[in-house]
Amino acid sequence: MNHHLIPAARAIAWRHLYKWISVPANFMPTFIFPLIFFTGFAGALGRVGDVAGFDYPANYTSWIFVFSLLQTCLFGGLATGFTIAGDFQNGFARRLMLAVEDRRAILLGYILSTFARAALMSGIVTGAAALVGLEVLGSPGEIVAMYLFALTMSIVGTLWAAGVMFRARDPQLGPAMQIPMFIAIFLAPVYVPLDLLTGWLHAVARFNPVTYVMQTDRSLLAGRPEDVGVAVLAVVGLFVVLTAWALTGVRSAERSGG
Amino acid sequence: MSSASATAVPEPAPTGGGVINPHAVGTSLFNQVRVLVRRSVRGALSSPAGYMPGIVMPLLLLTINASGLSKTVDIPGFPADRFLDFAIVITFMQAALFATSSAGLGLVRDIESGFLDRLALTPMRAGALVVAQISGAIFIALGASVLYIIIGFATQVDFHSGPLGILALLGMSAWTAFSFATIGAWIALRSGASESLQGIFPLLFASLFLSTINMPRELIQADWFRFITGINPVSYMVDGMRSLIITGWDGRVLAEAIAVLVVVSGIGTLGCARALRLRMAKA
Repeated sequence: MNHHLIPAARAIAWRHLYKWISVPANFMPTFIFPLIFFTGFAGALGRVGDVAGFDYPANYTSWIFVFSLLQTCLFGGLATGFTIAGDFQNGFARRLMLAVEDRRAILLGYILSTFARAALMSGIVTGAAALVGLEVLGSPGEIVAMYLFALTMSIVGTLWAAGVMFRARDPQLGPAMQIPMFIAIFLAPVYVPLDLLTGWLHAVARFNPVTYVMQTDRSLLAGRPEDVGVAVLAVVGLFVVLTAWALTGVRSAERSGG
Repeated sequence: MSSASATAVPEPAPTGGGVINPHAVGTSLFNQVRVLVRRSVRGALSSPAGYMPGIVMPLLLLTINASGLSKTVDIPGFPADRFLDFAIVITFMQAALFATSSAGLGLVRDIESGFLDRLALTPMRAGALVVAQISGAIFIALGASVLYIIIGFATQVDFHSGPLGILALLGMSAWTAFSFATIGAWIALRSGASESLQGIFPLLFASLFLSTINMPRELIQADWFRFITGINPVSYMVDGMRSLIITGWDGRVLAEAIAVLVVVSGIGTLGCARALRLRMAKA
């Protein structure tokens, strides 16, 4: 490994975090949107937990909390994608490409900063959920595992978004990055368990890796871990495919001259 | 013809509207608005990346929610036989919500490029530009609403209020878009900066999700959320439009929705007029 990789990645991560905190226009959407989704769903859909066959041990707030946690982490990558596109537009990315010997450091830097940001945002979402009745039935170890699984989604989101934006280099193409991610998380058992989904959504959700991370995270929160191995496999599979996607995106940016 | 009037005033029209000669179109307010509406709509339509997410995302959310929440209709007292019939209103509301950014961002572009200031040097009235941007936003929202009604028919949504109700639904959709567009224009005129508009969008989005958009008020379990939906004006807009789809003609619900629309659009219009006066005084 190139010995400049880690220091360069750290510097890029620090700059990204600093920009996020110091510019409210960057900070606020990442802060507000997950809270809106959580509050809107947890507040409105409590009765959904009463439908026949819905047998989650904790309350519906806990059920939706896990979705919001994963969404917070996954969508953190979207904000990073827009930062990457902005950096290309204002010429910073070109200078970064010239300054950094190993361009994988740029990707790693964005992953590190998004991870740190997702950890902070997860704390905020947890605080909001606690205020409106989050039930935690899992042991401390299970809860740590739940957060670790959730935080892996920030890496997945960053790899996807970086792959798109290193190729597109234009924030106007943001929907090309947003819509697949939106689809990936909503085509999972967001509102009810997988067994209660019917028709096309059930068929698609069964093949969606996010489904298995979401199910396992919920089971950990409820203190009844299920299919942890399958969730690990899903995360590893996503990492492998999306790392290749992101790195080829970096190469594409290199070929275009940044 | 004076030399001044013989010379076309070249406007850069950053939104893709081309050159406007205010002298050539006459100075009646109607003509001014007509030309500027055309410019606003053309500008908006020339950038699909700007309006397509506003059309596609609500449809995606509707498709997923209609399937994911299909079991919700089993809850005793749920007011529709299919969740899709209940939920389709989200598309109309999001199209209306999108009018905030279409009108606001259009105006911000005109302010940032100096178009509004240069307009003050012509016989055109600045108010015409504001009306045009708002009308353009309503036009796009209305177009999206027509599309959603067609999709509703295609997916066998039962519009309980019949053909007249569909017209009323379109009317309410346009009025809701007008209300949000005036708010967008107001913020644009006050701040002249797109950042302010981007800042307000999460709040408008929150107002939609903290309303009765996902569940009727009677079936909301959480007291705190029921309280929020009760004080949120968007709930009344949602309930009014939705009643035309799943109930028929419900006088009380419609009256509440109209009252809220009168108040919100009135506040938006007054705010807009005041902000425009202040901005033109500074110009």
